Amino acid sequence: MARILSLAAVIVLWTVLAAAVHSPLLPGPVAVAETLARDARSLALPYHLACTLLRVVAAFAIAFSLGMAAGFAMGKWGIVDRIGDPWLVILLNLPALVTIILAYVWIGLNETAAVIAVALNKFPNVVVLTREGTRALSPELEDVAQVFCLSGPARIRHIVLPQLAPYLAAAFRSGISIIWKIVLVVELIGRPNGVGFVLGSAFSLFDMVTIFAYSIAFIAIMLAVESLIVQPLERNASRWRRKAA
Amino acid sequence: MQAVGAEKLLELRVDSKTYRSARNTPIEVLRDFVFELAAGSFASLVGPSGCGKTTILRIAAGLDRDFQGERRMSPSTRVAMVFQEPRLLPWRTVEDNVRVAMDAASVTGEVGEWLERFDLVEQRRQYAAELSLGQARRVAMARAMSVGPDLLLLDEPLVSLDETVAERLRGELRAIAETRKLGILLVTHDLGEAIELSDRLLFLGGKPASVVLERELSMPRSRRDRRTVAALAEEIAAQTRTPHNDAKLRNRDTRI
Repeated sequence: MARILSLAAVIVLWTVLAAAVHSPLLPGPVAVAETLARDARSLALPYHLACTLLRVVAAFAIAFSLGMAAGFAMGKWGIVDRIGDPWLVILLNLPALVTIILAYVWIGLNETAAVIAVALNKFPNVVVLTREGTRALSPELEDVAQVFCLSGPARIRHIVLPQLAPYLAAAFRSGISIIWKIVLVVELIGRPNGVGFVLGSAFSLFDMVTIFAYSIAFIAIMLAVESLIVQPLERNASRWRRKAA
Repeated sequence: MQAVGAEKLLELRVDSKTYRSARNTPIEVLRDFVFELAAGSFASLVGPSGCGKTTILRIAAGLDRDFQGERRMSPSTRVAMVFQEPRLLPWRTVEDNVRVAMDAASVTGEVGEWLERFDLVEQRRQYAAELSLGQARRVAMARAMSVGPDLLLLDEPLVSLDETVAERLRGELRAIAETRKLGILLVTHDLGEAIELSDRLLFLGGKPASVVLERELSMPRSRRDRRTVAALAEEIAAQTRTPHNDAKLRNRDTRI
């Protein structure tokens, strides 16, 4: 309830401000809603959103699967950690823009380069969190697994993953926000479609209505992902914990 | 009491076991420890806290292979262990904790049977994180028994339980020892408990620790009443006299 009220208050404030300023640089909610409806009907909006969403999912999948494997190996074996750590530090501190430019220059202005550039930006963060989680794995439960001869898959499912869950949830949550943002930059620089591309063209035309419309559509999807996917997953992973009194 | 020619489950010879301290100086904790366990026998390792009992148990379980000596056990021997802290999977229910072990051992059978036996039916769907210590200990015991072990290793399974619960679990252990043909090695600092349950007693002492006294107990468990246990404990303590053990025994006497 409080959430809805707070959102409604922002919309009211926006309407009042837009009416007071009365400038094409701050379009009101009605103009934005009309553009949203028009682009939804012409399928331009769903098309660009889908392009962005697909890139997000692809980059996310790559960054997560490789990052978890690398992070687990680094947390488990000291030698892997010592070899990988300098590269991890470099990747963590490499500006997103540099990765994007390098990917486009070396791989070409194509989909592969776009997805790899985004995945590379998220990858080190997944590695760091998984490594921390792996270092914190309980040796006591490892003993249990050994005494009771749990198979590899059973160990992963019953012993390792539940312990890594909070770390992976943190990586997942921060990953979604980072990836969304970087995908837009990648699209702005070198893709002919997607929300980032639309925002770029609108910017060059000072088309504020379109910028507002696409930003809002985009934020709405992020909120939906957060409340329909991320939060239920977190609740499910922590259902065994005692509820705080 | 070992029958002649009884099948040996486990043969252990620890010439020496050394830990590294925080300052990296080696500390020898065990020396010249030799131990055999046959199917159907129940041995207890008794000694003060910190004397290396748990280390022996970990070596016996195959969890610690960093020692000088030898551990012989047939690869087909199925081992189960009850740890001092119950070490359940907190994110699994009571039922699933037992089932995970049964699945790993490819044991077919009903989880419910074991839950009934250890009085856990009501807690069946609770997460292990929600249990009391006594309940968690019973789950750990049910989990160990459910895999049908040949060799059962128990690390202070009754410590810090209230007396009613401990007595109940002692009864369960007696029943297991009487009815199932498995080898049991119990680690405890409670001499009375060891006398009550086992048929062989190894007393650990010294630094580095080794066996200071070994004693066969042939009297049937049903005849080991409180008086007999207390008398025997007194006698054994006299032979292994240290102030610490005396204190332990006096505590035990006041209890029974």
